[in-house]
Amino acid sequence: MRSDRAFRPSAEALAALALLLWAAPAFAHVQRGQAAGFLTGVKHPISSLDHVLAMISVGLWGAQLGPPAVWLLPVTFPMVMAFGGFLGLVGIPLPGVEIGIALSAVLLGLMVAREAKPPLWLAAALVGVFAVFHGHAHGTEVPAGQSGLLYSIGFVIATGCLHGVGIAISLVHRWGWGRLALRGAGAVVALAGLRFLWRAVA
Amino acid sequence: MKRALAVVATVAALVGLPAPAHAHLVTTGLGPLYDGVWHLLLSPDDLLPVLTMASLAGLNGKATGRRTLFVLPVAWAAGGRAGFAARTPLLPGATAALSFLVLGALTAADRRLPAAVVTGLAVTLGLLHGWGNGAGIASAGREALGLAGIVAAVFVLVALVAAFVVGLRAPWTRLVVRVAGSWIAAIGLLMLGWSFRGA
Repeated sequence: MRSDRAFRPSAEALAALALLLWAAPAFAHVQRGQAAGFLTGVKHPISSLDHVLAMISVGLWGAQLGPPAVWLLPVTFPMVMAFGGFLGLVGIPLPGVEIGIALSAVLLGLMVAREAKPPLWLAAALVGVFAVFHGHAHGTEVPAGQSGLLYSIGFVIATGCLHGVGIAISLVHRWGWGRLALRGAGAVVALAGLRFLWRAVA
Repeated sequence: MKRALAVVATVAALVGLPAPAHAHLVTTGLGPLYDGVWHLLLSPDDLLPVLTMASLAGLNGKATGRRTLFVLPVAWAAGGRAGFAARTPLLPGATAALSFLVLGALTAADRRLPAAVVTGLAVTLGLLHGWGNGAGIASAGREALGLAGIVAAVFVLVALVAAFVVGLRAPWTRLVVRVAGSWIAAIGLLMLGWSFRGA
């Protein structure tokens, strides 16, 4: 039987085919610590709940604020966080890192819960200040013997993806129930931040 | 929309495949030319600055993109040839980190730059990274033909990426490039910290 319709493979089929045909490179010699460095970098930001909640909150808040904050905050955070990481890596101490991280969850959670809309510079400054604490903690906690470049790549990608998760969750903001749910999520983050704060000062 | 999502998912999956990157020279078994091509593709410290330079050139328009397409590979070849002759990697370890930081920050800022500035950046990037490649090839006792593979790969990558970025029309697509630039700058800053730390 002949069909008049031309054969048009679906996008999903093309995607699956591309994955199947993707050739793994041949290696002439063994490299040590490279994949471990990348994976350690990816794992680091997602390994503790205080970091995860704060970074997702950045995405949530950015999406609540709308453009240009929706992209400005996730651009600001990794760059300033990397600055904090730089300070940690070169050994410059930063007092009260754990308290700063806990406060970031409290305040960012509150901003989301209240759907606060401060001036853009203030939002960016708030996010930037807390990013330094998060970055510093990551910079001082890096394990030895890793590939610095691949660790950094994994670390930044994971952080950016956490912001992306926050922004993706915020897509529900267009509906009334979604706005309410986001505010509720912000309140939960703030409460979790209070718990982290209690632990940090106790 | 569905198709775009599938394409994005495919690219993300391909990028995320765990292929270890080689900091050293690659042996493909296909000769020095292909070794050079694969060296660039598997060395993030060279690859990411090239991609970022191409993105920056693309954000600055067609003319700048075209100029970078030729300037960067020529500078890379010149730097590589000089490094091959000198056989010493005179450059500090933080060179790649600075490339990431400067090019990433400029891409994230997305400010229109004078063509001379973009050209100067391309020349500097090509000379510095080319020198490192050339010196590495010479000190490993490999053939200089590997440099030709690296330069060819640089040319193709710049052509593809700059043309892609020049063609971006929707505002959010330029934002994606800017966000990628901010990630590259962040990686550069962290690498700088690693190099000061001596890791």
